Amino acid sequence: MAKLTIVEAVKDALDCEMAKDERVIVLGEDVGVDGGVFRATDGLYKKYGKRRVIDTPLAESGIVGTSIAMAAAGLLPVAEIQFDGFTYPALDQLFSHAARLRNRSRGRYTVPLVVRFPFGGGIRALEHHNESPETYFTHTPGLKVVIPSNPYDAKGLLISAIRDPDPVIFMEPKRIYRAIRAEVPEKDYTVPLGKAAITREGTDVTLISYGAMVRECTKTADTLAAKGTSCEIIDVRTISPCDYETIYASIQKTGRAIIVHEAPLTLGFGAELAARIQENCLLSLKAPVLRVTGYDTPFPYFKLENEYLPSPERISSAVEKVMKF
Amino acid sequence: MERTINKFSVKYIQILDEKGNADKRLEPKLKPEQLKALYRWMVIERAFDATALALQREGRIGTYAQSTGEEATHVGSVFATAENDMVFPDYREHIAFIMKGAPIKNLFIHWGGSEDGMAIPDNAHIFPVCIPVGTQTLHGAGFAIANKLKKEKTATLTFVGDASTSTGDFHEGLNFAAVFNAPAVFIIRNNHWAISVPRVCTDLDWGGCQSRAETLAQKGIGYGMDCIQVDGNDVLAVYSATKQALEKARKGDGPTLIECVTYRITPHTTADDPTRYQDEKTLKAWMQKEPLKRFQLYLKRKKLWTEEWQRALEAEAKKLIDQAVKEAEAHKPKRDDIFSFVYAEMTPELERQKNG
Repeated sequence: MAKLTIVEAVKDALDCEMAKDERVIVLGEDVGVDGGVFRATDGLYKKYGKRRVIDTPLAESGIVGTSIAMAAAGLLPVAEIQFDGFTYPALDQLFSHAARLRNRSRGRYTVPLVVRFPFGGGIRALEHHNESPETYFTHTPGLKVVIPSNPYDAKGLLISAIRDPDPVIFMEPKRIYRAIRAEVPEKDYTVPLGKAAITREGTDVTLISYGAMVRECTKTADTLAAKGTSCEIIDVRTISPCDYETIYASIQKTGRAIIVHEAPLTLGFGAELAARIQENCLLSLKAPVLRVTGYDTPFPYFKLENEYLPSPERISSAVEKVMKF
Repeated sequence: MERTINKFSVKYIQILDEKGNADKRLEPKLKPEQLKALYRWMVIERAFDATALALQREGRIGTYAQSTGEEATHVGSVFATAENDMVFPDYREHIAFIMKGAPIKNLFIHWGGSEDGMAIPDNAHIFPVCIPVGTQTLHGAGFAIANKLKKEKTATLTFVGDASTSTGDFHEGLNFAAVFNAPAVFIIRNNHWAISVPRVCTDLDWGGCQSRAETLAQKGIGYGMDCIQVDGNDVLAVYSATKQALEKARKGDGPTLIECVTYRITPHTTADDPTRYQDEKTLKAWMQKEPLKRFQLYLKRKKLWTEEWQRALEAEAKKLIDQAVKEAEAHKPKRDDIFSFVYAEMTPELERQKNG
């Protein structure tokens, strides 16, 4: 077993699926000769050639719109959008067509498409390179939204996404693209979509998160453990469809829940979770459900990004609040 | 130093004039039964349109986009497709569905307010109705790129309206098709109106129109794509241009943009009142150029049209359409199907919502 980073695991997943199934193609800006600006497609062009690893014109709606039809035509396209903020020109194609073609045609046409892109802040990037747009996709019926937090899941979830018969938005936490190296099996395997993972067991409070924020929750839990507070951590992994049952079961045990994400607070995924937790776990709750999130502001330019991003300090202070409640 | 580094031109084709006289040099080599088939489809389209309008007025279907007057553009181009060529319509090419093999009842089910109508049979090579204008350009391009990748000798035919040429997706679609030398043909159905906004600018200083470009066909030039403008009310010109473009595409010689110049002699949809913005004189002038009459005169001259045949055609169309309406009105959409086609497999959450 090789020790891989998240971005290497992504490439490994693409490689496995391309080797296995010639319908799988990769397309996007700079994904071919250059191997992707983060090297997520490094070497694939050489291995599979220009017809399957396709450098496209710089046009995100174009990439997604053509991919939708390629998927309907029987291919399995994996489209890369270079950065989170550049998914916005493609939203119309995703919302109006990728998400609806199956329903509109009553199943005659389907869109087995993966749109993958690096997301989130923390890498001292330019404006439009730090977005967390998962709410938009999660609010759109017909899309699935998948966010890995570690190399093993990155490979297994991406393979599941490619094999899924419906359009999957695959968001890769670029801040930890190379931060973690972990054992990843060489052969293909899947991590099922729609299943959350308990990444740490605990008894006092449940921290619910995904992507790069899982690591911040883990740091927080390490610190708090020394002080005698036991945190359970849930990595949601698939935001849509979400595995609510795992989350409810944890909260029924701990009685306290804190949701952590980088995306802005208002109507973020935390809002949906909080609403559902009170619907389903009211009598288990020992304290209000809190959210530690980005602010309802544009993502700040990098001198202030650490003020914006949820940190172990902010998460700890929320834990203290629910413990004292 | 200053020099001209390139010059461009756009060709225009008309084969049948308004009196049905044919330009012998350009006349396509169609057999009598093919010519009659073209006319038959146009008659069916017009009859379908009249019935749909009547049903809308009676509240039996919802808002409906009429197609009367634009039959030559629809029928001429789709008639040129091979069976496996995929058509990407927007929302006015009703006859395209029928010509590609979708049951007529499906259209009434669709316009009658149910997605079930777009569950067209697998052998009908046409995408569902596409309402966000211009977005389908990318689907026509993408599907053609996929065909090329799969080494299939089929092409795509995509319809857009004149206003679609203002959208970003139209331009991205043409660019993708050109860059990948894709077997794709794009038809601009220039009917001169986008609801109330005219195609042509009269105020040259302050908007109120779609494009300052002299032709819409020339937009292809910017992408290195062959382009041509044809009389969109001349079914033979539309057929010839599309046929050539599709053959070229299938041979691997790349995409083509065809502008069919016609006129929307109907409202935009049944929810529209064109008297608020349209000039009646122009409308009447364009009605003289409508496509059925001139083709009928042409066929008559060729001794392929008789009043008797006309009556038989109209009776056939009425029978087909009446039967389709009957079947469509007997179709009852199921409440659970709101949930059934969102994903291949229903999610636990949708299952819960479905079961209320």
